[in-house]
Amino acid sequence: MSEAVIHNGHHDHHDHKPYGIGRWLFSTNHKDIGTMYLVFALIMFFVGGAMAMVIRAELFQPGLQFVNPLFFNSMTTIHALVMIFGAVMPAGVGLANWMIPMMIGSPDMALPRLNNMSFWILPFAFTLLLSTFFMPGGAPAGGWTMYPPLVLQLGDGFPFLIFAIHFLGISSILGAINIIATVFNMRAPGMTFMKLPLFVWTWIITAFLLIATMPVLAGSVTMLLTDKFFGTSFFSAAGGGDPVMFQHVFWFFGHPEVYILILPAFGIVSQIIPAFARKPLFGYESMVYATASIAFLSFFVWAHHMFTVGMPLTGELFFMYATMSIAVPTGVKIFNWVATMWKGSMTFETPMLFAVSFVVLFSIGGFTGLMMGITPVDFQYHDTYFIVAHFHYVLVPGAIFALMAGVYFWLPKWTGHMYDERLGKIHFWLSAIFVNMLFFPQHFLGLAGMPRRIPDYNVQFTEWNMVSSIGGFAFGLSQLILVWVVIKCVRGGQKATDQVWEGAHGLEWTLPSPPPFHSFTTPPQVTDATAHS
Amino acid sequence: MRTETKLTILAIAMFGFGYALVPLYDVFCEITGLNGKTGTIANTEAAQLEVDQERLVTVEFDTNVNSELPWSFLAQAHKMKVHPGELTDAVFVIENNSDQPVVAQAVPSVAPAQASLFFNKTECFCFTQQMLAPRERKEMTVRFVVDPELPKKISTLTLSYTYFKVPGSDRVVLDPGVVDEERI
Repeated sequence: MSEAVIHNGHHDHHDHKPYGIGRWLFSTNHKDIGTMYLVFALIMFFVGGAMAMVIRAELFQPGLQFVNPLFFNSMTTIHALVMIFGAVMPAGVGLANWMIPMMIGSPDMALPRLNNMSFWILPFAFTLLLSTFFMPGGAPAGGWTMYPPLVLQLGDGFPFLIFAIHFLGISSILGAINIIATVFNMRAPGMTFMKLPLFVWTWIITAFLLIATMPVLAGSVTMLLTDKFFGTSFFSAAGGGDPVMFQHVFWFFGHPEVYILILPAFGIVSQIIPAFARKPLFGYESMVYATASIAFLSFFVWAHHMFTVGMPLTGELFFMYATMSIAVPTGVKIFNWVATMWKGSMTFETPMLFAVSFVVLFSIGGFTGLMMGITPVDFQYHDTYFIVAHFHYVLVPGAIFALMAGVYFWLPKWTGHMYDERLGKIHFWLSAIFVNMLFFPQHFLGLAGMPRRIPDYNVQFTEWNMVSSIGGFAFGLSQLILVWVVIKCVRGGQKATDQVWEGAHGLEWTLPSPPPFHSFTTPPQVTDATAHS
Repeated sequence: MRTETKLTILAIAMFGFGYALVPLYDVFCEITGLNGKTGTIANTEAAQLEVDQERLVTVEFDTNVNSELPWSFLAQAHKMKVHPGELTDAVFVIENNSDQPVVAQAVPSVAPAQASLFFNKTECFCFTQQMLAPRERKEMTVRFVVDPELPKKISTLTLSYTYFKVPGSDRVVLDPGVVDEERI
């Protein structure tokens, strides 16, 4: 009874924050949950990064140096799962949590308790996944794509892998439902759909992709589980099933998944470039339609991941043309970013540096993607380092650079302090140089025939592997600067203004820095001046 | 309806859709003949086909045994030249190399995939499961006919079989006469 009275009393304080561990465990606040997502993503970025360092150390020279082949395969498998589901996706959700309510003028997310749950599932899911390292049979080593029958040979870790995937899927679906419910129902008066900042738009579309594809992934891994333990034969030829079926079902999820990873990055860059070019975003409507088209087309291209399984010619042609058609809306977006910068009054603070390099380096990854979309040449590139170079270009200097750009862009808003610009620039230049040193040589290795997911290689590949490994170690170490910049900025620094950046427009910049615990307790009136930048 | 209710229903429906993809693909493959799923016809039907004496098609036999099955499996002739429309028998030999009785079944596939719709079997050991006693050896027959409608550009067909141990057959001795229609 007395507790209830005290609790009631607390409601009188407008900006009361819970304290201690309970603030985080039971948080229903979009900012705190956003922070937890981002911190979790950063930790996972270093966990996955450490595995990448093991891979690059082993590949520094031909022959087996440090790890046995099974452990090497576990490294490639878990590195991918950790980076995709633990780093890039949670970082995107973290930014969405922080920024969407502030951008659309609402006090919080629509479903705050669900928000808490979707975050707290993640640490449990990764505990399941990473605990497999200590089990008989080791961690999953059959590749993150979990193709049967290979994945079924995994030891005791197998059900842990499957349930970890289930949890990750549930977490993403809940997060996606929350984002859509928030944007659909909690916009400030006057915030029409075509006035939404592009980051919000890309997240709505991403959320729909999540809801449409994560359940398919859950279904496909459940089939693996029942094949292994309950005598079904979805993918077992002995029982009348077909292992290639798994690839079809998996990539029905898998291809939209790559847009789940990159669309929020498109949104971040679409916020940053106008702010530092001091011009409104060129072709706002076409950006929205291009994003939606990319998402729609992503459902019809899955088999370009499996051109070599022995598809009929008609199928290969269909998937080739469908794949290439995605280059059209993507080209629209690249064009619009460049047109936004055209004749703008540009300055190059750290967020802008990351955003501009995103446009350039993501395009390189996009072009190599087109090369592999061409069926006849894909037979040469398939499962070589060329594909490794391709998807690392779109994910590292693509998605991750955009996420870092977003962190630098919004960090002063979150903390109320400016970050150390000099350190930020050093972080950028080291990252930009070494990421290219890390991944560009892998194109050459792939074209020359070096296969992926193999711990040893022919001596002719030695030089470029050494270059790549040195780039990898330097890139990994450079990321420690980011940690230091963030810690330094949280602890103090020059006071940030409300608008933070001279050219930044939108509702989030009308709030104080740092913003109040509950963003907009009275809905703001949206005018052209406070609409998207 | 509330937004989140609709979205939850969508998520559940997509989970179902993932499962629905499996039969959908099967239907798709059956109609198009993709994935090497071969046709089956009755003996009487096959007898009515006109034999094309002008044309000879090479049928190659490829035999595989899954690593979990302790059998050997060979075709008596590795390839045959047949006239389209002509009923032909091919003989295969299986042998159990272990000291246990084992039940297994062969899964067929035809390459190129376009040809699979024109490759019909009237009788095949792959329709049923086989049980071999320890060290037992057995000859088995497949009776097939190549449809005279087979596209002209195809001159060679490969019929491939892989023998798989029937899951759970260590515990239960299955009736070797059971027809599993799924696998035809």
